[in-house]
Amino acid sequence: MTRRLNLRSLAAACTAAGLLVSCGGGTNQTAAPAGSGAAAPAAAPAAIDSATSATVSGKVTFAGTPPAPSPIKLSSDPYCQKANAGLMTETELVGPGGAVQNVFVYVKDGLGDKTFTTPSDPVVLDQKGCQYTPHVIGIQIGQPLQILNSDSTLHNVHGLPKANKEFNQGQPIQGMKTTHTFSTKEVMIPFKCDVHGWMNAWIGVLDHPFYAVTGADGTFSLKGLPPGTYTIEAWHEKLGTQTQMVTVGAAESRDVAFTFKGA
Amino acid sequence: MLPLFAALVAASTAALIFAGGLVTSTGSGLSVPDWPNTYGWFMWAFPMSKMVGGIFYEHAHRLIASTVGFLIVVLAAWLGRVEPRRWVRRLGYLALGAVIAQGILGGITVLWYLPDAISIAHAGLAQIVFCLTVAIALATSPGWTRGYAQLPTSNSQLPRRLSVTDDRTLQHMAIVTTAVIYAQILVGATMRHTGAGLAIPDFPLSFGQVIPPHWDAKIAIHFAHRVGAAIVTLLILATAGHVFFHHGRRLELRRPAILLLLLLAVQITLGALTVLSQKQFFINSLHVVNGALVLVTSLALTLRAHRARFIDAGSTKQDPAYDDSQAARTFLPDDARRAKSGEARDERAGVRA
Repeated sequence: MTRRLNLRSLAAACTAAGLLVSCGGGTNQTAAPAGSGAAAPAAAPAAIDSATSATVSGKVTFAGTPPAPSPIKLSSDPYCQKANAGLMTETELVGPGGAVQNVFVYVKDGLGDKTFTTPSDPVVLDQKGCQYTPHVIGIQIGQPLQILNSDSTLHNVHGLPKANKEFNQGQPIQGMKTTHTFSTKEVMIPFKCDVHGWMNAWIGVLDHPFYAVTGADGTFSLKGLPPGTYTIEAWHEKLGTQTQMVTVGAAESRDVAFTFKGA
Repeated sequence: MLPLFAALVAASTAALIFAGGLVTSTGSGLSVPDWPNTYGWFMWAFPMSKMVGGIFYEHAHRLIASTVGFLIVVLAAWLGRVEPRRWVRRLGYLALGAVIAQGILGGITVLWYLPDAISIAHAGLAQIVFCLTVAIALATSPGWTRGYAQLPTSNSQLPRRLSVTDDRTLQHMAIVTTAVIYAQILVGATMRHTGAGLAIPDFPLSFGQVIPPHWDAKIAIHFAHRVGAAIVTLLILATAGHVFFHHGRRLELRRPAILLLLLLAVQITLGALTVLSQKQFFINSLHVVNGALVLVTSLALTLRAHRARFIDAGSTKQDPAYDDSQAARTFLPDDARRAKSGEARDERAGVRA
């Protein structure tokens, strides 16, 4: 009798443990897009008048000796090692003439209460060769962010915002897509893959379309701005931020230069 | 067989703590976003070929944890069937409850993106599970149940200047030392999970000075861990010194005291290397598991110092193993014969019957 009871106790304990374990699932639902009910603009979106709209453009440069990118060790995943041998760090990409790549330049202030139409076209963040492409992107509130896994290895997409909701989505199958939207303005949101510790990206979420990311030549262009006085900020993941005030009249173009200095 | 199995469970728990240390040290805690499944697969069906990058550490930790959990279920059931002492049976049930809670904490911390409080609780409860399995292994060991041998003396008189039973000083010192080591581990876990492991980048000084010249929350928690290490060192030296001076012939006390000193030296070295190597993940994880070994060694010393207090504890029957005259006896050649013939086991069986 004692033996039978004890065997029953053992079975009950196992069952209870199993139930407890199985009750906690459903992370895919938990990690669903944070801002799927994105706020609709309160007022009618402002139309951009191409006849009077201004442009702020310029270049971001680095003064001093830029640090050289270093090689990334990919041996923890044979696929990555094969797919993207020789991958280098992207934290500080400085080209000829000190041109700084991957700087997020945007209108930080000056647009007042104007609202703008949210594009329905998705912004694509690809995971290709165990690397996020592009490394820095901008997006508007409510605009879909399509996260794609082009690799035949597993990735997890882990966004670590402060103002928006954190999420962590697994993408174990090649070609998998996840769509995510943000509900709150936030510059910048870091993204990382915890499977491949070297993979990271940055996303700037704004309530307007006036942003750009510098290319290999360090240049940027903010087009379609209404005439006015603006605070323009240049953000870089390693070099920090710089701001400048600029005033543009109707159909006017102004150049703004940002220079980051080495440590 | 039960003592051997209990020791195996304790050893596997140590391995689990090391695996958990690797997860945090490699930053792999969220490399598997779902739980209890792994990327939608049932845990045990997840293909080995897909255990790449951080998944290797996180998924391996889950597999080892499940195995240890199963072993503890078996241990608790086994104790429930054959163990005459109620308090030992209760330790088994407690270990089972603790390991289930530990598994749930581990799952919650993944689903909630590693909140500091849950991750620290997960680290702290891991030590409790380890302590419980070690306590069970100790309580079921032949030395505990039959009484410990003692080094023979050069003269005929036993060196019982202080008996273990009466040495309240040792009992209190051992309790305080174990409690402070546990507190130190909690401070260390807080430092790890709040990313303060390199808040003070140099060692042994802090920013080139004895006391950090500037402070923030991370520097404070890091410095608290260093101060804690100094306090633990003093307590272990004092406790071990007391054992050597007053109970030098009691092997059951002297051995853990020696081991404690060795583990302490290793632990301080690993702590220093963790900082100097910029938290190299393997060194960092060894520091975690060695800290757990310091804790359970101190616990073993504490329990042995209190062994006489467990006489008949929680049991309605007197176990001859707790005859105090045996606890303090000298080692006799006859002991080996008794152990071999299983005479002591027969005695206990007689009591149970």
